Amino acid sequence: MTARPHQVPLRRGPPAIRETPAELYERLVLGRYIIRRLLQAIPVLLGATLLIYAVVFALPGDPIASMYGEKRMDPDIIRIVREQYHLNDPFIVQYWHYISGVFQGDLGTTFAKVPVSEIIAGKFQVTLNLGLTALLMEAVIGVGLGFYAALRRGRAQDTMVLAATLLLISIPTLVTGFVLQLLLGVRLRQGTGIEIFPISGVSDGWRSYLLPAFVLAGTSIAYLTRLTRTSLAETLRADYIRTAVAKGMPRRRVVGRHALRNALIPLVTYLGADLGTLMGGAVITETIFNLPGIGQELFRSVYERQQPVVVGIVTLLVLVYILANLIVDLLYAVLDPRIRYE
Amino acid sequence: MPPLPAWGAPESEPLLAVEDLHVEFVTRQGTVKAVNGVGYALHPGETLAVLGESGSGKSVTAQAIMGILDTPPARVPKGRIRFRGTDLLGLSEDARSQVRGSRIAMIFQDALSALNPVFTVGSQIAEMFRVHRGMSRRDAERRAVELMDRVRIPGARQRLHDYPHQFSGGMRQRIMIAMAIALDPEVLIADEPTTALDVTVQAQIMELLAELKRESDMGLILITHDLGVVADVADKIVVMYGGRVVENAPVHDLYRAPAHPYTRGLLDSIPRIDRKGRELHAIAGMPPNLLDMPPGCAFAPRCPYRQDDCVTAAPPLHRIGSTRGSACHYWREVLDGSHG
Repeated sequence: MTARPHQVPLRRGPPAIRETPAELYERLVLGRYIIRRLLQAIPVLLGATLLIYAVVFALPGDPIASMYGEKRMDPDIIRIVREQYHLNDPFIVQYWHYISGVFQGDLGTTFAKVPVSEIIAGKFQVTLNLGLTALLMEAVIGVGLGFYAALRRGRAQDTMVLAATLLLISIPTLVTGFVLQLLLGVRLRQGTGIEIFPISGVSDGWRSYLLPAFVLAGTSIAYLTRLTRTSLAETLRADYIRTAVAKGMPRRRVVGRHALRNALIPLVTYLGADLGTLMGGAVITETIFNLPGIGQELFRSVYERQQPVVVGIVTLLVLVYILANLIVDLLYAVLDPRIRYE
Repeated sequence: MPPLPAWGAPESEPLLAVEDLHVEFVTRQGTVKAVNGVGYALHPGETLAVLGESGSGKSVTAQAIMGILDTPPARVPKGRIRFRGTDLLGLSEDARSQVRGSRIAMIFQDALSALNPVFTVGSQIAEMFRVHRGMSRRDAERRAVELMDRVRIPGARQRLHDYPHQFSGGMRQRIMIAMAIALDPEVLIADEPTTALDVTVQAQIMELLAELKRESDMGLILITHDLGVVADVADKIVVMYGGRVVENAPVHDLYRAPAHPYTRGLLDSIPRIDRKGRELHAIAGMPPNLLDMPPGCAFAPRCPYRQDDCVTAAPPLHRIGSTRGSACHYWREVLDGSHG
């Protein structure tokens, strides 16, 4: 048993003007924790660049040849270009040229001399919008459906939700993408005369993201629904739920307060980790819906062996993943007071 | 909802009376008959100990009184639970939730899992006043501090915003008790309140319960499998086996001379300092299978007093004098054997 070292005000209402030593200590520990996590990210990011660089290096085919396609090129020009991009050097030397540039703030250029940083800056926003919209849809629909099913366990509605999620998990994104594009995009517009869900590009603002985000989130929605259902059902069996009922709490409060907070804990972990997955999955979705994001760019760059672009984009995705996980861990402690940073 | 009779009902009327209660659980393997015709009564200011091993139906009976059985799989095909004359089983869910927690309260065995880990103990206690009495947060928290003081939690005010995991086992059980007595219930059911605690802490908790009961006119139902806990605090004892009451008696009568072979076996199996070094007595055999109850007495397969009629006819609860009962055909022999 530990006693708080200092008087804590009875009510945590209006802004506390003075921090208690305990609160100050917690804030310092939290700050140190965040800094340590960010430092830990550096070797991970470096490792990611090396790995991706190696993978693109190992891809069959020649970048210069793919750049010029069918055209016959003067062997002298090819030789000059190869030398300019250090393509004749051994792998580790090529990587050294790249990474030393990165440390000087230069992410490299494409073979067409466009800086990678410029490409990413222009396209990252599109993918981020897409990923966050998908994440929001996943959270709202997945948690909502999961709750609906968990509270009707064993009944027809529950079985229907389970069957629907199974179907959604079984169908590949490529199929749902094209089918929804056709049905909700093309056919609906032909039927009503109004374009409710744009099917290509980002010229319609936020509406452009609705259909792609749903397609991107599809499988995740299904998994989250099932996870929510299990998590809530399990929580509702806990002893403290029985206590809440024995205290005479109305069912609304038992589920909406006592069970909800506890059931959310595993869901937050899943959602956080899923932001990375969603942004990675954008490669396919952006290609289907022709969204000018980094997913589509990544696809093209792999095809054209644009090493600096591929490495830059993938490393950025790794960074998003790391940050999302850090946010999850911070949220975790908000939801579960038993968790403390060390 | 018919109004529940207020305080001051006639003496003879028990505060709480369980009558011929049956509870069963429908499972894939079949119907588990957990409680088979249990009856007991509790008067104001009285402590009733319900004694029995795991699976005897003692906790299920308590949960039926509270109305916190999960239905399904549980169902109550028969019986009455009369609280100040009104059958709780006949009330609507709304009416029952007004009784639950405020007029009949319950504390559980393992306070760590019975308290919600993500809310402060203060908010969990204050919730009683906020939900049942509609108090403001500020008033409810003030009352929560008073309660924490009353159950002797040191530095109650500072610990209001602590979480259950920051307390020791004994302190957590005190929090549970504070929550249960918040609205001055007329009946408090304590389901093995000390099982998860150290022996020294057990005594403190039992002392606290006894004290709280003295301060009010609350009836206390103490569910336990520990005969040692019972002797000092209980007025009456109900012994349960296989979902039935096998013996009931005032506590001292039962200790002096049990009238049921099962009670006898239980008393004989308590380690005693004057029999140090000798082998402990154990009741041979296994508890009955609730999925497939024998037609006769549930204890018959393990009973040293068994006769042929025990396996065919279940014994009713024979009255012994005005205060006792034993569900054994041969209670006279058991009682005589106890005296001898």
